[in-house]
Amino acid sequence: MAEKQVIDARGSFCPGPLMELIGWIKMAQIGDEMELLSTDKGSVADVPEWIKKVGHEYQGAREEAGVWHIAVKKLK
Amino acid sequence: MKILIIGGGMGGTILANNLARRLTPELKSGKAKITMLTASEKHMYQPGLLYLAFGRVTPDELYKDQASLLEPGITLFVDPAEEFLLDQNQVKSKSGKTFDYDVLVIATGSRPVPELIPGLAEHGQSFYTEETAIKMFRALQAFQGGRVVIAMGVPHKCPMAPLEITFMLHDYFKDRGIRDKVQLHYTYPIGRVHSLENVAKWAAPEFDRLGITVETLFNLKEVDGNAKLLKSEEGTETPFDLLISVPAHRGMEVLEKNKLGAGGWIPTNRHQLNMEGRKNVFAIGDTTNIPISKAGSTAHFEAEVLGENIAAMIKLGAPVRDYDGKVFCFIEAGKDRATYAMFDYLNPPDPRPPTKAVHWFKTAYNKLYWISARGLL
Repeated sequence: MAEKQVIDARGSFCPGPLMELIGWIKMAQIGDEMELLSTDKGSVADVPEWIKKVGHEYQGAREEAGVWHIAVKKLK
Repeated sequence: MKILIIGGGMGGTILANNLARRLTPELKSGKAKITMLTASEKHMYQPGLLYLAFGRVTPDELYKDQASLLEPGITLFVDPAEEFLLDQNQVKSKSGKTFDYDVLVIATGSRPVPELIPGLAEHGQSFYTEETAIKMFRALQAFQGGRVVIAMGVPHKCPMAPLEITFMLHDYFKDRGIRDKVQLHYTYPIGRVHSLENVAKWAAPEFDRLGITVETLFNLKEVDGNAKLLKSEEGTETPFDLLISVPAHRGMEVLEKNKLGAGGWIPTNRHQLNMEGRKNVFAIGDTTNIPISKAGSTAHFEAEVLGENIAAMIKLGAPVRDYDGKVFCFIEAGKDRATYAMFDYLNPPDPRPPTKAVHWFKTAYNKLYWISARGLL
């Protein structure tokens, strides 16, 4: 299985964490797991909202020292 | 110290000129050498394409000879890089030359790839190349009314362009007296009208005021040209008569072929701008994987920091600055009003209401850009 890709979007205002994730998930293979790092609290809501709408797997989020670690898996 | 710069766009040109000024004595004594490899003998002012699509500039106004923009002491080869042999500190060019370097800077930019979306190249208009901007100009002139949809792929350079093109389309149709016959429908990939929250907060009510409808969480997946339907990754569809697209981008193919980064995006340290794992290879502008706007100003500010650092490495033995994520983007809000967004890694933007003064500043900058390219502004 491929190593989990870490997308470091800390401090990203533009394009922002969700747009970064969208760009990288398009290039990933089905089955790839990714971890998005974000300092934007809004990511905790908007990432799962988009992931579920498109039909990928949302694997959860945790916060560590002001950074949210959000795990997803590409399903299609 | 041999400095090799790959790419003669905004970042590469500003960097080369910045370095040439800082290293004048070293270039004269032969202690330093600056070489640039670029794919084209012409330098294009890419932000001008937005205006070309409306016929407000002509194609020739967007170009100058690359050689005319470079300080003396920079050796230019119109001969693109083909092979990167980083372990040997060498780059091979298309013509077969081998260039040794002590410091390599990759500034090859990004390119729109409409082919990533089935049906987009055939059925959509765009303004990210001279050819497509002229095609869009003709399509707009021929358009007599109907549903115009603006849709985009991710990532793309010039994050303000989707807003700008929409505002400019509104004014264009209004000036033609057919705005009441046109439905403008703006779609965006995330849950608001722009990636920058404060910009979205300003733009959403403006769209409402101008009668522009909005559909968020819409990532373009496919264009059905027969049924005139756009289909999204999210499972939704929207009809169109005229599609104005901002295609998804990739870095240059040569970088992927040389395994420098997936998608042509080079893994880059966001402060020192070096390629991850390499102390003497740097990347600036669109081609980095830094989660920052792919914008001209990003390339400009990165080039200034890197120029200072490379010169300091030669003169003092160490870099002296970090890139702080500074970006400055104009936002055209129609034919004669504009605002801007300025931000960095720590401070989000707070755009003011658009004014004619900022629009005229942008119009002036469209001409002053050539002074920036020469490293003077």
